[in-house]
Amino acid sequence: MSQSSTEQLKKTPLNARHRAHGARMVPFAGWDMPVEYSGIVNEHLSVRSKAGLFDVSHMGQIEVAGKDALAAVQKISTNDATKLSVGQAQYSGLTTPEGTFVDDLLVYRLAGDHYLLVVNAGNIEQKYKWIADHTRDVGDVSVVNSSSRYALLAVQGPAAQAIVQALTTVDLSSIKYYWFGHGEVAGVRSIISRTGYTGEDGFELFIPPASAERVWNAILETGSAAGIVPVGLGARDTLRLEAGMHLSGQDIDETTSVLEADLGWIIGWKKADFIGKAALERQKGDGLTRKLVGFEMIAAGIARHGYPAYAAAGEGIVTSGTQTPFLKKAIGLAYLPIAATAIGTEFEIDIRGRRAPARVVSAKFYKRSRS
Amino acid sequence: MFPADRRYTKDHEWITVSGNRGRVGITDYAQKQLGDVVFVELPDVGRAVTQGQSAGTIESVKAVSELYSPASGKVVEVNPALSTKPDSVNSDPHGAWLFDLELSNPAEIDNLLTSEQYTELVK
Repeated sequence: MSQSSTEQLKKTPLNARHRAHGARMVPFAGWDMPVEYSGIVNEHLSVRSKAGLFDVSHMGQIEVAGKDALAAVQKISTNDATKLSVGQAQYSGLTTPEGTFVDDLLVYRLAGDHYLLVVNAGNIEQKYKWIADHTRDVGDVSVVNSSSRYALLAVQGPAAQAIVQALTTVDLSSIKYYWFGHGEVAGVRSIISRTGYTGEDGFELFIPPASAERVWNAILETGSAAGIVPVGLGARDTLRLEAGMHLSGQDIDETTSVLEADLGWIIGWKKADFIGKAALERQKGDGLTRKLVGFEMIAAGIARHGYPAYAAAGEGIVTSGTQTPFLKKAIGLAYLPIAATAIGTEFEIDIRGRRAPARVVSAKFYKRSRS
Repeated sequence: MFPADRRYTKDHEWITVSGNRGRVGITDYAQKQLGDVVFVELPDVGRAVTQGQSAGTIESVKAVSELYSPASGKVVEVNPALSTKPDSVNSDPHGAWLFDLELSNPAEIDNLLTSEQYTELVK
């Protein structure tokens, strides 16, 4: 544990709150972040059955505005942003000319010519520069790193809507999945987005950092009867993996293409162009040699990030793996040779020198029942 | 509190000794560091283990950790309850034992930390 380097780590506006809650703090992507409060299993199960509150203020916000903002967003991201109405959000990729990932992101259309990009916590400044550099020739567009202007809280779980609704006059039932609205939450101006990284219904609240503690406390207080708990990065990771969502820097990075990551659905093939489009078209035409799949262990053992995989068709690698608290199974994501990626294909994973059998399954390990 | 009826390693295992038999577990400090334990990989009965060498692994949700044997000897029994209730290592670390050893060199126990010394180590 590297307690000695905490001085150089960045802190969210809620850092003191986390410490007061007794959270175990760890360095993550340059930030001093809570990994768990009451325990990963308890936090994970609370989100699946009740609700959880996350501080995700370490995420980066980059705004793109101007007459040519849409053209700029279209150029640097894979998905087709013309599909976005004002008030709508979209999952997308920030890609290299090779069609591999700089990062994955959410694109929010705040106004006709104003977009908010939410990127992952690592190297926010580099990603901002990447976007600014690659949109300089687009025309009338300004790109601003506004990360320090937002704290970001996530309220996730079946009780999330009732809890947030008690703190706002905005009719939350009118906000559909991957849409957002504006209004006060606990008296604080917020962007209220129906998005998340857990596989549950829920909201992400963009608020001024100075008011973060007020909103955090109000949500915990209001949600206490419903059983809300603060949730750290540990359960955030097991929840997203159970829901089959990718972790940037681990499952997807500059060595893996959007197609290999099985994220073809975020590619706007009909767009005139975007960075990496030609490479992805070529890859689509040639056919993939490997692809990211979900797997579950057949025998005892837990596969982890970086463990080698061996299929009849060749070698692969595990990018995420854990024992999931809700499904109570050892699951994970792995890149496998394309001939080994059909559901049901059996292969082996080298768990610290011992080969353990695993089976390809749908990466949507957990699907919530929608009422 | 770390019970005085046993000895401790700097790697956060404990061992109780009765005659030439030792019983091994991990400390409350260790289980707190690990977080929720979901899988314990124990040595096979009959296997010879060496003091300070790996004898298995303990996996929490977030990570895998080596389990080092506090003493040398032959594994004579493993705790069968851990295969279905690995989380008892969290709820009762000083009671939930991992494996029993027939000690090959009981004098090794003197190398280990006392409760007071271990308390000082993790302070």
